[in-house]
Amino acid sequence: MQSEIVWMIIGMGVATYIPRMLPFVLFRGKELPEFLQGVLKNVPYATLGALIFPGILFIHEDIWYGILGAAVAIFISFIGANVIVVVLGSIAVLSLYSFFI
Amino acid sequence: MQDIALNKAGTEFRRGMQAGISIGIGYIPGALTFGLLAKTTGLSIGETLLMSLVVYAGAAQYISLSLLTLGTGTFEIILTTFIVNIRHFLMSASLNEKSEEDEPIVKAAYAFGITDETFSVAAVKEGTVSARYMFGLNLIAYLSWVVFSGIGHAVGASLPQIFQESMSVALYAMFVALLVPSMKNGVKVVFLAALAAIFNTIFTITNALSTGWAIVTATLLSAVLVELIVMMKERVTKNAE
Repeated sequence: MQSEIVWMIIGMGVATYIPRMLPFVLFRGKELPEFLQGVLKNVPYATLGALIFPGILFIHEDIWYGILGAAVAIFISFIGANVIVVVLGSIAVLSLYSFFI
Repeated sequence: MQDIALNKAGTEFRRGMQAGISIGIGYIPGALTFGLLAKTTGLSIGETLLMSLVVYAGAAQYISLSLLTLGTGTFEIILTTFIVNIRHFLMSASLNEKSEEDEPIVKAAYAFGITDETFSVAAVKEGTVSARYMFGLNLIAYLSWVVFSGIGHAVGASLPQIFQESMSVALYAMFVALLVPSMKNGVKVVFLAALAAIFNTIFTITNALSTGWAIVTATLLSAVLVELIVMMKERVTKNAE
C-alpha cells in the first residue's frame, strides 16, 4: 500500500467520523439554527452538481464522449432506473461509441 | 429477571439486523461499482478495502476517486470529504433526539455507522432507538459495503480494455443517477445543482481555484445562496399575508 493513500484514507475516516459522532456526544436535545440546518440539507445536491460539471466534459479528449455519456445517464435515470442500470447503461453506450468511431 | 432483560436485548439486536438486510442488499451495486472504480483509479485491493472499512461513506469514497484521478492534493480530498459528509451532523443530531439514554461512548460507537440509509431506516422506526438496534442495523449494512467493495475490485481485474476505458464515465453516471430522481421532487434541487455546476465551471475554466477548492467553494456558495433565497421568499410571503 502507498503510505500517502493510507494517510489520505485515515484523514477521510476522521473527517467522516467527526460529524457523525459529535451531535451524540454534544447535544441533549438542543437544536441548530434553522438557517444552518437548511444550508446543510442543501449541500448534497449542490455537491452533486459541482461534481458532474464540468468534470464529465473532460473524461476523454473527444468532448462528445462526455456529452453523450451525460445525455445517456440523464435519460436512463429520468425513466426511473436503478443506479447500477444507469452506470452500466452509460458504460455500454460509450463502449459502442468508441468501438464505431 | 436477568433472563428476560437478556432476551429483550437479543431481540433488539436481531431486529436491527433484520432492518439492515434491505440496506445490505441496496449497497451491493454501489459497493461493486466502488470496487470497480477504485481498481480503474489504480488503488490496490488492500487500499480499496481499507477505504471502505475506515471511511464507510459511499459518496465521499467515489468523490475521492475522481479527485485522485484529477491529481488533487490529500488535504483538499480530506476537506472535500468533510464538506460532503457534514450533512451527517444533522442526521446524528436528529437521531439523537429519539435514541435511548446511553453512555456517550456507546453512542459514539454506533455513530460510526450513520449513513443516509441507516439514518433513514432508524429515523422512521416506531418508538425509541436502542444502542443494540443500531449495532445490528449497522453490522449488516457495513459488512455488505466492505465485502462487496472487495468483490467489485476483484471482478474489475477481468474486464476488457475498451470496457475499462468507457468506465471513466461510470462515476459521473452514478452522480447523475443520484441527482436526477431528487430533481423530480422540486425546483430547489434543480437550482442547487445548477448553481453549483455553474460556479464550479467558472472557477475551473478561469483557473481561479484548484479542482478540490472549486468544488468546495461552489457547493457552499450554492447551498448558502439558495437558502438565503428561500428565507427571503418566506419573509415576503409572510409580509403579504
